[in-house]
Amino acid sequence: MTSTSAAQMRPSLGFRGRSFMAYSLAPQPPIADWLAELDRWARNSPGFFVGRPIVLDLLAVTLSQGAIAHLIAELSQRAIRIIGIEGAAPADLGADLPPLLKNGRPAGMDDVSGAKPAAQQQEPSSLLLEEPVRSGQSVIFPHGDVTVVGQVASGAEVVAGGSIHIYGALRGRALAGSMGNSRARIFCRKNEAELLAIDGYYQTTEDIDTKLRNRPIQVWLEGDMLMVAAAD
Amino acid sequence: MAKVVVVTSGKGGVGKTTTTAALGAALAQSGQKVALIDFDVGLRNLDLVMGAERRVVYDLINVVQGVAKLQQALIKDKRIDTLWLLPASQTRDKDALTEDGVARVIAELRETHDWVLCDSPAGIERGATLAMRFADTAVIVTNPEVSSVRDSDRIIGLLDAKTEKAEKGQRVDKHILITRYDGARAARGEMLSIEDVLEILSTPLLGIIPESQEVLRASNLGAPVTLSDPASGPARAYVDAARRLNGESVAMAVPGDKKRLLDRLFGRRAA
Repeated sequence: MTSTSAAQMRPSLGFRGRSFMAYSLAPQPPIADWLAELDRWARNSPGFFVGRPIVLDLLAVTLSQGAIAHLIAELSQRAIRIIGIEGAAPADLGADLPPLLKNGRPAGMDDVSGAKPAAQQQEPSSLLLEEPVRSGQSVIFPHGDVTVVGQVASGAEVVAGGSIHIYGALRGRALAGSMGNSRARIFCRKNEAELLAIDGYYQTTEDIDTKLRNRPIQVWLEGDMLMVAAAD
Repeated sequence: MAKVVVVTSGKGGVGKTTTTAALGAALAQSGQKVALIDFDVGLRNLDLVMGAERRVVYDLINVVQGVAKLQQALIKDKRIDTLWLLPASQTRDKDALTEDGVARVIAELRETHDWVLCDSPAGIERGATLAMRFADTAVIVTNPEVSSVRDSDRIIGLLDAKTEKAEKGQRVDKHILITRYDGARAARGEMLSIEDVLEILSTPLLGIIPESQEVLRASNLGAPVTLSDPASGPARAYVDAARRLNGESVAMAVPGDKKRLLDRLFGRRAA
């Protein structure tokens, strides 16, 4: 028997991952000399930074929170807008500073004009988890499908660029197609999900048909309708 | 070489300290040398439950900071002479604990004792992470209710990620101890069943401690429940759990089964 629930839909939040190209600027100690050098360089290329998103790479320097804020203010006076910080300790970044960015990859200067990023290494296209995903754990795999052999606990979440397959009970959250893949699906052996989402469209426990609780389900997207059906 | 056991739960008030005292006393009664460490710096309780609060001179923080020697701080139990307590400091907070200091204390106790039981504070912050940091084995104390079970699940995740063993690619041995279990209420569906708890946590069961006034009475008397009333339900369940921890195989009794049998005999139904 199958029963499908898509009655109470929520509009999409439009929340999904997307990657952009940005220049990164890596100050060298001492900062004062580096700023002077930057000014010299900027005189030859006036307006170069205007309107460009810049990431501040602090790997080469050790700065306190105050010093980082001061550096950003100095750069802002030179019309350089910092959208993120790389290579700093999370503790050194207050709420008023730009967020910490990780896993940046170098790209050729030409790419910035809008071409595709340079050919990447072959990354694995699926992730297999043999252990249960425990409460508080968050598994994020943007490159493809995630398969969980055990269960996903209440308060845990699995986020996949592709589909999600859970062979145990799903008691937490599953977010498939997180990079904008509307063909992604969610499968689980026992549905006690807190939240199901595909490509930004979601339903919480309250919206999911109670007849589908504790049963195997399949979840997919039809247009902007999130469909949940029993799979037994 | 001692086995280091962390008694932990995530949630507060589920019975970590009671369990540490009861398991420790039961293990020590079998003649093994047992040290109990209270990691709840700032909110210490284990000294009270062990009835040692009037003999505290030095504490864990003093030893961690090198102010006192370990042997000066250990308090020997008056009832069992193979049982020692290392109390927490009441005047400091958990930030006074350092990883190096805790490592040194545990390494030293490993040499001199058979068991080191670490009584973890509630929460997942510094005190709790340092209490589990060097553990070989974890006893996760869980009440049969959803919030406690979810917190235990979170703790199991941390045991698999943040302990020294996990970082070396090994595994901390994990056991669930269900406390405050009320067979009658579980039969009425007012509590999670044992099966539900074990299914959610997918971790082996060490024992089931029945809900009992005896536990509270023992704490107020300053005695581990296994010593204050060895014939009581909780005491027997703790002794069995300690034997399982020791590697013996002991049949598991679900408390309240007898009562349900009586109910059935008298034709009553637990709806």
